[in-house]
Amino acid sequence: MADRALTVTARQAAPIPLDVQFTCKPGEVLAIFGPSGSGKTTALRIIAGLYSPAHARVFCDGETWLDTSAGIMVAPHRRRVGFVFQDYALFPHLTAAGNVIAALGHRPRRERRARAHELLALVHLSDRHDRRPGVLSGGERQRVALARALARDPAVLLLDEPFAAVDRVVRRRLQEEIDEIRHVLDIPLVLVTHDFEDVVRLATHLLVLEHGRAVAQGPVENLTSRPDLAWLRDAIGLGSLFQATVIRVDSSRGLAELAFDGGTLVAPGHACGVGSRVRVRIPGREVILATTAPAGLSLHNVLQGTVTAVQFEEATDRAIVQLAVGGIRLLAEVTRDAVSQLGIVVGLPLHALIKSVSLEVLPTRGGHVT
Amino acid sequence: MDWRALGVSLWLGFGTVLVLVPFGLWLGHTLASRQFRGKGLLEALVAVPLVLPPTVLGFYLLVAFGARSPLGEAFEAIAGQALAFSFPGLLLASAVASLPFAVQPIQRGFEAIPVEVREAAACCGMPPWRRFARIEVPLAWPGILTAVVLTFAHTLGEFGVILMVGGNIPGETRTLSIAIYDRMQAFDDRGAGLMAAVLLAVALLALTLTTVLGRRVGPRRG
Repeated sequence: MADRALTVTARQAAPIPLDVQFTCKPGEVLAIFGPSGSGKTTALRIIAGLYSPAHARVFCDGETWLDTSAGIMVAPHRRRVGFVFQDYALFPHLTAAGNVIAALGHRPRRERRARAHELLALVHLSDRHDRRPGVLSGGERQRVALARALARDPAVLLLDEPFAAVDRVVRRRLQEEIDEIRHVLDIPLVLVTHDFEDVVRLATHLLVLEHGRAVAQGPVENLTSRPDLAWLRDAIGLGSLFQATVIRVDSSRGLAELAFDGGTLVAPGHACGVGSRVRVRIPGREVILATTAPAGLSLHNVLQGTVTAVQFEEATDRAIVQLAVGGIRLLAEVTRDAVSQLGIVVGLPLHALIKSVSLEVLPTRGGHVT
Repeated sequence: MDWRALGVSLWLGFGTVLVLVPFGLWLGHTLASRQFRGKGLLEALVAVPLVLPPTVLGFYLLVAFGARSPLGEAFEAIAGQALAFSFPGLLLASAVASLPFAVQPIQRGFEAIPVEVREAAACCGMPPWRRFARIEVPLAWPGILTAVVLTFAHTLGEFGVILMVGGNIPGETRTLSIAIYDRMQAFDDRGAGLMAAVLLAVALLALTLTTVLGRRVGPRRG
């Protein structure tokens, strides 16, 4: 299904420096992450046709939308793009339904109203279709913007800082809704954000931008555990992120057992039903290393792995030890002293001890946190 | 009371609005949404009638309307009458004199629409004409309404340009403001006073209408 993917190449020196190349396949969520002014929004605008850099190519859904070398530039209204703007950019003179209908021009006139109501129901706004944006709350406006973006049956969905203006509770609910919707849609989804929580909850792939340059890109699981991405680390703290499946729930003890590519983990039982997919993040500073398997501890999680790299931090007198545990990479932040005491070198087998409560378990795809 | 002069004035007012507002929509929208070479000069040209003495404007228009000018010649060939000192000539002159009153409020109205709202309209798949009709015109409505009222009111009050271009032909080019001057010259204070009161009432009515219509638009924008 490569032809339904979105492929973007953009290069220019000024006025906005850019040097990026990325692909996003249907069903994938690419998060473009970076500090403000790094060119994140510009990347989205190029896809939508609202900005055209000196050298760029955009392919989507088997069509060429932009090719500066061939002189091809498809106008924004001819690109099947669903764009959720940062401030939503709703039409203030139209009702919620009117906003959605505005994007239904490609459908027969008699179907439009029913389709708009369908879309508003999808974003849980059935009772608000006759309200104007001025009387809607931030979260409701965001939902109207999302319904409007979905209305034109887009080949790609673009979200520019979609949760920047809503509070934490609303943000979480919207993240879940978008996660559900993206599985239904099966189109590429590109999300611009500066909040790592969005990345952890929604993204499958990550593109880190700095001054318009891609400094890192790839699947989220790989990138977030790379200790060399200093900027990313500052934003999220060092840690490992990987997928797991809930295999057992012990509600009497309040614990859930999670299987991942490298063993099993026990986490506090807030993770939902057996069989559901979750994401697990283990902060580097919560991992304890031992050369022998410990006994008589109140620990559930002891993982066995092999040291693949040791990196010393000049500034903090700390070391980051990388362990291969099955198919995942586990990062442990320890003191320099601990490294010499345990004699940690590449290739040494070690035990990693992790308290259950230190695990950050995030549901994906229809999971629920209670 | 010169009813024919009132008729000429009202026709001129409505006619100027009909001619100028569509043109103002096009020009105001272009000036608000595009960047091009010579935009500053064009904006200055639009504003010229605001600062130029009406007699100067009238003089140039009269030259342009003359039988020996290309415009005057073409009009005479088509309509069979001279452009100068005729109602069509008056209409054209009044449209030029009122140009800034129509273009500027419309341009400000379009400029007040956030860029993202226009972009969102494009991303909704709306072609340019539909964005214009469904999104931009309704949102720029207060500016457009202001343009209509100002154009109408300014046309009723115009004196210098009309005297230069139209002269003082009863039923053809004698407007109410010219008739008031005429009555004063003839020491008919009562006639002049009555017509002045009529103009005052029309102006008040127009402004009240704007306020009321503007208020009805207000909550919709909420």
